[in-house]
Amino acid sequence: MTSSGAALRVQNLHAFYGESHILHGVDFEVKRGELVTLLGRNGAGRSTTLKAIMNMVGRRTGSVVIDGRETLRLKPHHIPRLGVGYCPEERGIFSSLDVHENLLLPPTVRSGGMSLDDIYAMFPNLHERRKSQGTRLSGGEQQMLAMARILRTGAQLLLLDEITEGLAPVIVQKLGEVLAALKARGMTVILVEQNFRFAAPLADRHLVMEHGTIVDEITPGELDAKRERLNALLGV
Amino acid sequence: MTTLLGVPIAVFMGQLTLGLVNGAFYALLSLGLAVIFGLLKIVNFAHGAQYMLGAFAALLSMRYFGTNYWAALVLVPLVIGGLGMLLERFLLRRIAHLDHLYGLLLTFGLALIFEGTLVNFFGVSGARYATPEALQGGLNLGFMFLPTYRAWVLVAALGMCLFTWFMIERTRLGAYLRAGTENAALMQAFGVNVPLLVTLTYGFGVGLAAFAGVLAAPLYPVSPTMGSSLLIVVFAVVVIGGMGSILGAIVTGLAMGVIEGLTKVYYPEAANTVIFLVMILVLLLRPAGLFGKEA
Repeated sequence: MTSSGAALRVQNLHAFYGESHILHGVDFEVKRGELVTLLGRNGAGRSTTLKAIMNMVGRRTGSVVIDGRETLRLKPHHIPRLGVGYCPEERGIFSSLDVHENLLLPPTVRSGGMSLDDIYAMFPNLHERRKSQGTRLSGGEQQMLAMARILRTGAQLLLLDEITEGLAPVIVQKLGEVLAALKARGMTVILVEQNFRFAAPLADRHLVMEHGTIVDEITPGELDAKRERLNALLGV
Repeated sequence: MTTLLGVPIAVFMGQLTLGLVNGAFYALLSLGLAVIFGLLKIVNFAHGAQYMLGAFAALLSMRYFGTNYWAALVLVPLVIGGLGMLLERFLLRRIAHLDHLYGLLLTFGLALIFEGTLVNFFGVSGARYATPEALQGGLNLGFMFLPTYRAWVLVAALGMCLFTWFMIERTRLGAYLRAGTENAALMQAFGVNVPLLVTLTYGFGVGLAAFAGVLAAPLYPVSPTMGSSLLIVVFAVVVIGGMGSILGAIVTGLAMGVIEGLTKVYYPEAANTVIFLVMILVLLLRPAGLFGKEA
């Protein structure tokens, strides 16, 4: 079992794509209701960490305990059913489905997901464009759709990969409001992010990755003291 | 005698009907290929053999178990579709991670095994499957005589095409299928059992071929090679319609049947090649096919 209140505990996680060894023993724990960021340069292994949690990599070893359950041997389609929602970096909007169909696509994994009305109230643009082909939306709207569709499923642990990448500041601000609202609802969020200014005010903790492992953990109180080291690690 | 574009109307309409019936088979078979290609990305070379197995299963189940046509129409697609699911589960899945060429080669090999086995037991000459009593005879439309069975084939094949289109385009299961075609890994990350979806899809595509086989049994001689000759035309239809396009498969199948039928009226020498000429034209002008999406 995880220590009390832990939504996710990752221990000595290694991930491989064919011969490539990408994660080299990742260790961290996320408590229920926490918002934790994974920071690091491109290629540090942040996206692979999310994929490894979802069992979307070629091979993985170590331990990934979700909600008290070891998932290393679970098939990929069983992991979301533990209440996990995954939003990929490339957004993964389906071009053969319209906005409404995209929204309804992921099966419900737990009770207590947001209703369609709630979702459309949170993202009014999506309601206006619900009959449009998913990939005809703007980048910002596609990102909102990618987020919105996992909120419907009842997932309580959200893995969000680079959700602000390439978006206009006004959309980034909106996504920040959405994340704050989700946190207020008690959801647990792991956020892979490049945009530190976006992540800083939202996060309870920052985990910094380099070379496929976690090299530092920074709480908001330590930010000023560790600013220089963080900038060096992020290559800013 | 009334003529249409210089041809007696009875001849014209007769060939048009024949073309539509052939087109209905092209549509059903290319639809199955399109469904399979969409999700598995495998060009199912065993499709013709699976169509032939459908016709043979109808013939043999009548001969040995007294299964009538109507029961065969329901049971045979289920049994042959089930066989397809076993093939997917135990053979195709093992090579799913390899280049799609291996799937093509494997299904081609399977087709040869199915055909060879049946040739060994039944020879190459075709056997006759009696037209069910209720569908014997025909309707005199005044300008032509329409055999009831051909009319039924047209209705049944189009009904099945419409049902398939509806299932894929208008249901939740169909949405899973379309989405799985685009990004199977993400569908798994949403909790959809994609391997099961793949097995069911292959079984359904094979079941469609077997359904076409049962429909064909009273029309054409039932022989082990009946599928291989048809399959080449069906592949041309799929290329014209666009690989993986559901609507493309249905519309192109019917259209090519009609074009082939009418060519028989006006320039019979070209009737066997006209579909391939259209295919060449389409490949030159619109390589993704009439209904396919440009890559």
